[in-house]
Amino acid sequence: MSQHAPIFIVLLPLTAALLCMLFSRISRNLGAYLIIASIAGALASAVTVLNQVIAAGGKAIHYTMGGWMPPIGIEFVLDPLNSVLLVLITFISLLVSFYGLPFVKDEDWLHVGGYYTLFGLLTVGLCGMIATGDVFNLYVYLEIMSLSGYGLIALGGKKSMLAAFRYLLIGTIGASLYLLGVGYLYAMTGTLNMADLAALIGPHLHSPLFAMAVGCLIIGFGIKMALFPLHGWQPDAYTFSHPGAAAFIAGCMSKAPAYAMIRFVYYIFQVNNPVMRSALDIIGILGVGGMLIGSFMALAMRDFRRMLAYSSVAQIGYIAMGISMGNMYGFIGAVLHMINHALMKSGLFLVIGGIVYRFGVVNLYRLGGMNKKLTISTITVVLCALSMIGLPPTAGFFSKWYLMMGAWTSQNYFYMVVLVISSLLNAIYFFRIIEQMFVQREASLPDVHPHEGKLGLPVPMAIPLAVIGLTVLFLGWYSADIINGIIKLGLPEVFLR
Amino acid sequence: MTIVDARPFLAVGVTLFAAILISFSRRWPNVRESWSAIASVIKFGIILSMLPGVLAGDVYTYTLCQLTDTVGFTLRTDPAGMIFAVLASMLWVPMNFYSIGYMRCNQEREQTGYFAAFALCMSAVMGIAMAENLLTFFVFYELLTLASYPLVLHKRNQDALSASRKYLIYTLISGQLFLVGIVAVYCIAGTMSFTPGGFLNSGMAPRWVLQAIFVLMILAGSVKAAVMPLHGWLPAAMIAPTPVSALLHAVAVVKTGVFSVLRIIGFVFGPQLLAEINIIDFVSWAAAGTMLVSSLIAIRQDHLKRRLAFSTIGQLSYIVLGASLLSPLAIKGAYMHLVAHAVMKITLFMCAGLIIARTHRNNISELYGIGKKLPVTMACFTIASLGIAGMPFIVGFVSKWNLALGALQAGKPIYVLVWVASAILAAAYLLPVCQMAYFRDDPEEKFRKYGAHSNAMLIPICITTIIAILLGVVPNIYPHFYELSDMAAKTICAGWTAGGWQ
Repeated sequence: MSQHAPIFIVLLPLTAALLCMLFSRISRNLGAYLIIASIAGALASAVTVLNQVIAAGGKAIHYTMGGWMPPIGIEFVLDPLNSVLLVLITFISLLVSFYGLPFVKDEDWLHVGGYYTLFGLLTVGLCGMIATGDVFNLYVYLEIMSLSGYGLIALGGKKSMLAAFRYLLIGTIGASLYLLGVGYLYAMTGTLNMADLAALIGPHLHSPLFAMAVGCLIIGFGIKMALFPLHGWQPDAYTFSHPGAAAFIAGCMSKAPAYAMIRFVYYIFQVNNPVMRSALDIIGILGVGGMLIGSFMALAMRDFRRMLAYSSVAQIGYIAMGISMGNMYGFIGAVLHMINHALMKSGLFLVIGGIVYRFGVVNLYRLGGMNKKLTISTITVVLCALSMIGLPPTAGFFSKWYLMMGAWTSQNYFYMVVLVISSLLNAIYFFRIIEQMFVQREASLPDVHPHEGKLGLPVPMAIPLAVIGLTVLFLGWYSADIINGIIKLGLPEVFLR
Repeated sequence: MTIVDARPFLAVGVTLFAAILISFSRRWPNVRESWSAIASVIKFGIILSMLPGVLAGDVYTYTLCQLTDTVGFTLRTDPAGMIFAVLASMLWVPMNFYSIGYMRCNQEREQTGYFAAFALCMSAVMGIAMAENLLTFFVFYELLTLASYPLVLHKRNQDALSASRKYLIYTLISGQLFLVGIVAVYCIAGTMSFTPGGFLNSGMAPRWVLQAIFVLMILAGSVKAAVMPLHGWLPAAMIAPTPVSALLHAVAVVKTGVFSVLRIIGFVFGPQLLAEINIIDFVSWAAAGTMLVSSLIAIRQDHLKRRLAFSTIGQLSYIVLGASLLSPLAIKGAYMHLVAHAVMKITLFMCAGLIIARTHRNNISELYGIGKKLPVTMACFTIASLGIAGMPFIVGFVSKWNLALGALQAGKPIYVLVWVASAILAAAYLLPVCQMAYFRDDPEEKFRKYGAHSNAMLIPICITTIIAILLGVVPNIYPHFYELSDMAAKTICAGWTAGGWQ
């Protein structure tokens, strides 16, 4: 049974998503419970896989579909890097799926079923993208992720249609570029399997076609992960998406493409050839641009969600910067920051979901008295904000530490300056929120869903909030274990030589 | 002898735990404040229990977990750290009772948050004192910034808001610079454990790189130590309740700053390397300038707390200057002054707080004749003032004597003059307060109303005054600050004889 764990990560949510509407028709909430149960199953499978990988000393687990051996057949390849990300994604997915329940409480069966079907498919897409060992299969999951993502964004109410449509147009270009890049690679090597591709790409590393393919992939993933200056779709999409699912969309949807970029750059193409070196430089410049522009734009925003969206542009810049350093510490920093940022951003959007649920309005300057009304949310905001700024002992500090180490090792002193500036800008806009919450006079906001009691929010919303806040705090203490125990087991070959 | 012992972490943890208990005891003020008091006594006990071992040369060390892939979250006791740990935990005990009295007398809001943040600050200070490596140090350094931020913001009004912003701007920027410095040190040296005499050497990097790193790190320390021109946050932060000003802005936060300067000079770079790379003089000049200028500014302040704030700025620079002279006696004097200034300044601030609580007067020009109404308080104030001015038989004299000897030992007698001038200026800005209180009668009989008397505030003041006198008469009385300072200075300067001393 446990040797089939890799496929269950994707299979369980996929089956549940397909059956969800049927179950919802039978009983309104049954579909939702089915999806939540399936995601819990996926999380359990992901943890099992992670344990297996660690037990195997970091050796990748290959799971072939239907007994077809690669390179003909499709396989899932699970190494330390992607199994830890799978645990992360399914963990956040589980929390957010639970969190969404109060939002669909008053809807009819069609909406509940539809919402949870899309949510399940989004999880399938993200997990599939991360687990797969086949570049075309990755495209399939990328599309599953994108299409369900468009749907969830469009569910958000007024203005969300336009945001979703805009994302659809730009996202399709990104996906097409990725497909184009895969086409080039296939034309050069005749294979779609990642391991095979890595072995066969060697003679082509200096050809112009290869440079073309790399360019397509970077732009394709860049659009999907909202890398500056390809982030145009992202602020609207994050702002207007369904408040129940926004945490998952904002936290995880940019991470799967970022992971795919790392997979291509470090595991398939290797970094020690001229094309890749210039590609890395470009990624680095885009990252720096994103960090600065994203942070400055975030300062100018009045809507909490928009501010966070721009802050995401900046944080994706951190990841891109880590990727571009091309050394071990940069790599570790990028991976760790993917994990940290997924958690912090989800946490912050969970808080926003709570504010939307209770008051219907999210204005930065109308958060006064939140510390009395939504105590748990406030604690989570403080922890996540400290982590975003990168102050110890929260998780964000440690990814910044590795990025700084990487910057010094690769002699990119400029990156250190940018990291410092970006942290300080983060500090400005997050302390502004903390000040608003604790110091300002109580904002007179009418309750949309009045809620008495200590938690301030329904239990299914309060628990994920508290869990994610604590995770951000404790992840900081366990980051060394994650790195020494997991990530270092699966470092790309480039660093081992 | 190195002993693996979790007591350093217990000392940090006890107040952390107390902070959690305090947050949950919102409804029962007596319970809440007793948590704080109990924690302070336990913490002091834990620290004192390690003192005999440290004096005998033992090292207590413990690694709780890994902070990064290679650096541990480690605390370790050494004489230098012990001075700071004993000092802070010792002063926190009377301070706690004073806080309770002050907060109740003034009927302040948000007392739960206040006591919780206070306890958190003390955890951070213990961590700073006993950190084994730079990264552990930095974790607590930033924790202290975060924990003291709500205390500065305590009044929750516009003034407090702008003061707290100023505070954050200064401390966060300096923290980030410090982080860059730490990364650089770690990358060039491959280690970051504090080593007496420093672990960097001139073969590790080009001279200008070492100079640049030193400037980055010392800037960070200087912001918290309020060396001019980086002192702007300190007078602004006086908006906080007086106990906060007393403990944090005269003992904990600013002492953290000078302590980090001492750590950087003595345990990261080391006197030998600093003499080689020839950059320490800038620090000396800045410190000497700060001593004189801040004293001159202090004379012009009418607000009592602000005057004390500028006095703090000047006194801290004594320590920075002592450290930057790089001679054993000067470093010993610096550690001793860390203690001396803390004891005297906490007394002054507590007196100021009591005066404010009872008379509701903030300005010195309004303190007509309060000496008759508050005789004990003003007596303590006068003793502490004389101590700051360097009178013999009060603790301030012992440290200044060593600092002056250190300047001679380093071959820079000019700084003796600076110290003398600064001491005279200190007398010039503190003694008029006493004169106002004792010898001037209220011409209009305007100030007649006095608030309630509170022994919870008066007794701690007497205790710290007695400590100041005891340390002045018998410097090496238990807990042996003098001997600890001597040990710290000797280990830092071991093997470094270029100054011509033994």
